[in-house]
Amino acid sequence: MQKITRDILIEKAEKLLSDGTVSRVLGWKKGEFSYDLTPAVFTEVNDIKENFVFDDFSGANFSKYLVKETRKGDGKILVFLKPCDTYSFNQLLTEHRFDREKVYAIGIPCDGMVDIDKIKKMVGDGLVSVDAQTNTLKVETLYDGIKEVEKEKVLLERCANCKSKKHVAYDELIGEEGEVIQSARFDEVAKIEAMSPEERFAFWQNELSRCIRCNACRDVCPACTCEKCVFDNPNSGVQNKAPANSFEEQMFHIIRAFHVAGRCTDCGECSRVCPQHIPLHLLNRKFIKDINEFYGEYQAGEEQGSRAPLVNYTKEDLEPSEAVNRGDN
Amino acid sequence: MRKISLSNLDKVFALIAENAKLYIPVDGKGGASFKLWEQGVKMSDALNTVRSAKDFFFPQMETLMEFKTEGKNIEIIDNRSEKEDFVVFGVRACDAKSFEILDRVFLSEPVDTYYASRREKGVIVSLACGKPAETCFCKTFGIDPSNPAGDITAWKTETDLYLNANTEKGEKLLSSISSLTEECDEKVVEEQKQKISAIMDKLPLKNVSTEKFGVGKTKEYFDSPAWDELSSHCLGCGTCTFVCPTCQCYDIKDFNTNKGVQRFRCWDSCMYSDFTLMAHGNSRASQKERFRQRFMHKLVYYPDNNDGMFSCVGCGRCLAKCPISMNIVKVMKILGGKEND
Repeated sequence: MQKITRDILIEKAEKLLSDGTVSRVLGWKKGEFSYDLTPAVFTEVNDIKENFVFDDFSGANFSKYLVKETRKGDGKILVFLKPCDTYSFNQLLTEHRFDREKVYAIGIPCDGMVDIDKIKKMVGDGLVSVDAQTNTLKVETLYDGIKEVEKEKVLLERCANCKSKKHVAYDELIGEEGEVIQSARFDEVAKIEAMSPEERFAFWQNELSRCIRCNACRDVCPACTCEKCVFDNPNSGVQNKAPANSFEEQMFHIIRAFHVAGRCTDCGECSRVCPQHIPLHLLNRKFIKDINEFYGEYQAGEEQGSRAPLVNYTKEDLEPSEAVNRGDN
Repeated sequence: MRKISLSNLDKVFALIAENAKLYIPVDGKGGASFKLWEQGVKMSDALNTVRSAKDFFFPQMETLMEFKTEGKNIEIIDNRSEKEDFVVFGVRACDAKSFEILDRVFLSEPVDTYYASRREKGVIVSLACGKPAETCFCKTFGIDPSNPAGDITAWKTETDLYLNANTEKGEKLLSSISSLTEECDEKVVEEQKQKISAIMDKLPLKNVSTEKFGVGKTKEYFDSPAWDELSSHCLGCGTCTFVCPTCQCYDIKDFNTNKGVQRFRCWDSCMYSDFTLMAHGNSRASQKERFRQRFMHKLVYYPDNNDGMFSCVGCGRCLAKCPISMNIVKVMKILGGKEND
């Protein structure tokens, strides 16, 4: 696979900005350390040359940003999409959430993004810099000199269980097209399914009790693009800023999982941003797994305009009583 | 100065726990958090807890009172819970300083009695930071991580824990465990202080300065064009405000239980679209205005109202947790200019 470097993307951005194809470039801006990149919109070539970054920490899925960005300014915005990002991109188009004409999408191959928290856990306190040139990351620490970390051991969860190296939408592709991968992403779900109801309840109670209701999972989620979320609306009767009790946390996360069922592409942003490391993706994956088993394989976002099984009636559909039978387990 | 071997730490904890609830930082799945000490619970070595220690005095949610109605009668039920003595062990210098900032808000007239009684009941044992992280910048706000505030200050070495009382409450607690501790000189602690001080000079954020901020700067920064870009990709989530040891905004709401009303208070976040929402609408309609509020509050408004004291303690939690890695250091560097680098 072609290794995508910052220089390749900068060259593309510079060309498309200069020839007027796009007026803005959505990218990652360097931070204080080597890992804290911030999404940013660039309009000047010099700014791009100085501040644009692309590396193993460019994990953010930019698809959702297009909802807001396509409403601003004239001309097109250039966006770089990793394979998994393109599924969210398609799904948002299916839901008519942004104007395709205002976007120039470049698909970029991806060999996985890394999780800074996993690195910190391995190297200890005081991480000064990370050199991610090769698959062995060189991590400089304040207290222990330079340590080597294998990239495959510190991948983001969604990358360790990557579902596809194939781009399902783009205007232009850099490098060669990849393949859909038979990943082990449902293994963890199967483990939870195998638990007794009491064990399962205890598992989720333990995970969700850490929730601080910061809403980062919702705010980053490409499937959560309601103009006004019911949980932010004081008139909804369910608006709440705090987890009043443990049941409420479950209610929030389970309602959200239901709401994105059939639309969630399993991009993993929810778990990536959770400050409490709650494995929220497992809730969504349970729905995806069930949908696959009940209605046949379905991958949200794979095809623009596809109707999710939950909103597409066929005579072969499962009878609702099936859910009751399963509830006996 | 008293000292105790780390191998006897559990005995100290057991003795303290006889008279008060004792909370210590404990490792867990999401990181370290303060947990109730019981036999067998081990103290975390983590530099800091994911959530700050402000939770002990200003919890995310608390029921203030309950109402029961029967016909035309209304009964007010006092169900205040902040009545127990407790000890928080292992508070870092940043969090220890945050209490001073919160005190100025909650203990000034009219005194917040919920907060006040928790402050009265709680004893803080702070712990010097042996290994500050790259995200630490407490020194910017004049905080010394080698000598944190608190009722008792503790220093941990490989083998021992050194304890020094700073207040009457601290003296009392220290004397209650005197059977397990021994008097010692300050040599080891002084050495550790110097070591920490040397580390502080190596931290990547050591030059972040408050010089450009503080009293009377509202006009200088309020209309700065920099806010547009700084806030442009803020998700509007509440992570920064909820992990922050000094964020103090709250909302009071009524919860209808069908048998009555529970009036509760919960943390609010200036990042939320309904922050300070009033009948006429929201005075900060855009994310930019809400984003600006957070940083102006920390760097300008609070100092304006509190003799120049800033309401950030440089704990670095927002640096580590913001989903888009936007944070107060980036804001200070962009607004404050290059010399802040």
